[in-house]
Amino acid sequence: MAVTLTEAAAARVQHFLQNRGKGIGLRLGVKTSGCSGMAYVIEFVDDLNQDDKVFEDHGVKLIVDAKSLLYIDGTELDFVKEGLNEGFQFNNPNVSDECGCGESFHV
Amino acid sequence: MALLQISEPGQTQAPHQRRIAVGIDLGTTNSLVASVRSGEANVLTDQDGQAILPSVVRYHSDSVEVGQSALLAAEQDPENTIISAKRFMGRALDDVLKTYPELPYQFAGDSKELARINTVQGAKSAIEISAEILKSLKQRAEHVLVDEVQGAVITVPAYFDDAQRQSTKDAARLAGLNVLRLLNEPTAAAIAYGLDSGSEGQIAVFDLGGGTFDISILRLEKGVFEVLSTGGDSALGGDDFDQVIIDWLKTQHLLPATLSPRLRRVVKEKAKLAKETLSSNEHTHIVIELDDGTQVSAELDKTTYESLIEPLVKRTLIACRRALKDAELKADEIKEVVLVGGSTRVPLVRQRVSEFFDKQPLSSIDPDKVVAIGASIQADILIGNKPDSDMVLLDVIPLSLGLETMGGLCEKIISRNTTIPVAKAQEFTTFKDGQSAMAIHVVQGEREMVQDCRSLARFELHDIPPMAAGAAHIRVTFQVDADGLLSVTAMEKSTGVQSSIQVKPSYGLEEDEILTMLKASVEHAEVDVQARRLAEQRVEAERIIESLGNALAQDKNLLQEAEFNKLAGELEKLAQLAKQDDADAIKQQIEAIDAASQDFAAARMDHSIRKALQGQQVDEI
Repeated sequence: MAVTLTEAAAARVQHFLQNRGKGIGLRLGVKTSGCSGMAYVIEFVDDLNQDDKVFEDHGVKLIVDAKSLLYIDGTELDFVKEGLNEGFQFNNPNVSDECGCGESFHV
Repeated sequence: MALLQISEPGQTQAPHQRRIAVGIDLGTTNSLVASVRSGEANVLTDQDGQAILPSVVRYHSDSVEVGQSALLAAEQDPENTIISAKRFMGRALDDVLKTYPELPYQFAGDSKELARINTVQGAKSAIEISAEILKSLKQRAEHVLVDEVQGAVITVPAYFDDAQRQSTKDAARLAGLNVLRLLNEPTAAAIAYGLDSGSEGQIAVFDLGGGTFDISILRLEKGVFEVLSTGGDSALGGDDFDQVIIDWLKTQHLLPATLSPRLRRVVKEKAKLAKETLSSNEHTHIVIELDDGTQVSAELDKTTYESLIEPLVKRTLIACRRALKDAELKADEIKEVVLVGGSTRVPLVRQRVSEFFDKQPLSSIDPDKVVAIGASIQADILIGNKPDSDMVLLDVIPLSLGLETMGGLCEKIISRNTTIPVAKAQEFTTFKDGQSAMAIHVVQGEREMVQDCRSLARFELHDIPPMAAGAAHIRVTFQVDADGLLSVTAMEKSTGVQSSIQVKPSYGLEEDEILTMLKASVEHAEVDVQARRLAEQRVEAERIIESLGNALAQDKNLLQEAEFNKLAGELEKLAQLAKQDDADAIKQQIEAIDAASQDFAAARMDHSIRKALQGQQVDEI
């Protein structure tokens, strides 16, 4: 079981962590909410929780709690520019259905 | 697929509920918008990659044009193209005409009313014009962030008065923006450099923009920026540096004495380019095509250029000196100098500023963007993306503010959940005869006793003229400004002597702490009521012991020894009761003494009247 990230995403995460001045890595996860069941969590991490799993890719620590990992195993995090907007995107193979806006999903 | 941004730990928002906030630098010449994404503040650009939006609005009969394209049309359509409307914000027409006698606009309405400009779309106020600029920036932000903007922090000059600030808020409302707060421009620049979390001290913000120069001296104390002084020159900026080069070209006999509109624009652009080139090069080559198609060229070196602009730079330093003097500071008492405005890129400006303050100014953030960036950082906090932050900046007062009265009671002046800004006053009086000073203890909290509240500040009012207890009128005013800053002023009304203090009630106050304090006030409501009753009775007891005690000492001869001993005994009993915790017992004893001393009081009254009348003729009365 693992999660990964693209080189572009790794460069941005490292930049944001450096800019923030603290933090050990990036938390990826899910929480139940939103218009279609689940929503992604993407947060800076200062402290690890007990059930956290840590993956390292392109020099970035990706931290996922055990429960979330069931839903996002195999996910590749990407950093995307769309016109003037830019941000992170989960390429999650477990997703069967998304809401129109893509902010929440079903497995 | 929506693109996601990194949140602070535990701050991920549900989809469609993300808290998007922007910072807006609504400038006289240029405006910008910035936002914090993934913890990083950046200015947002338009489709062409431009961050700067010229603060220019052009009215067409059925549409409005904002920014660069409007600026380009200024010459052909001067009446409908409004430049630098910020100068008219909150200003009456006669005031505007007095300050700027040579404006190309046709003004409408009464001279005492807010200035309005006649355009093809009717009379427009500075508020409406600014609203167009804000609308344009809001659209840009929503386009870039692909989400609705929920709130904005808008910056204003430190010297803006209430009317100008209110006008700015009105403009934002017209533009459909929710103003989280107005922020002083120099404060925003200081926040961008993170100075708000740094050590306390004085900060100078040197802001040389396109057309205006502002110097502000701030003091950071307990997490609050206070503006100590402001100064500057409303007609000094980058445009003057360009003009210096144009004038030089004229002295070189390269240009005709009067320039056609086209040539004027070309020369202005070339001069600006030359100025920018000389910021990083030793010399520049200027080529200009005249109206008849012939080309003229000139070589301008840095040394010559710097000698030309030296007088302009000197003017900024004179304003700095004055601002320091107003703040009663010396240059070496300034801890940090922040550079704002595009013209601070000119090397000579930097050099002179660093010589003047004898320290390297902060300049790592783009000086055109630093104000917007600071505003966006503040907006991100205010919209609630950073709960861990020690800044609890709420628009309502989270806990009641009050002061300590006799007996350790807390008298609340401004109750909690009052929206700010707010000012409330209450009158207090002296407790003892001839009392010449009063200690004011400012507290925060919901409990009845001061010991259960949070102490904010203490100060004293001196030079109260000698009066009988209760005769002095001391007006205590609590004022909380839009930034949550509390000023408490105490004034003795007959003489006008006053004393005041400023504190930030939310400083160092965590949200948890507020909740704990609120919970405690509910849980202890019953106990608190009892405590208040007891404290009140004790104060009353003390007052009677004081006044009756004095009377007994003065007019002992009016009483039989038995009567005197009885009253003295009752007073002693009261003093004992006041040390215990039974409010009812104290109350009963006070009533008993009241009854027992009535004859004595009457005897004193007779005595003093007799004394006053003694030795006087009947017809004198």
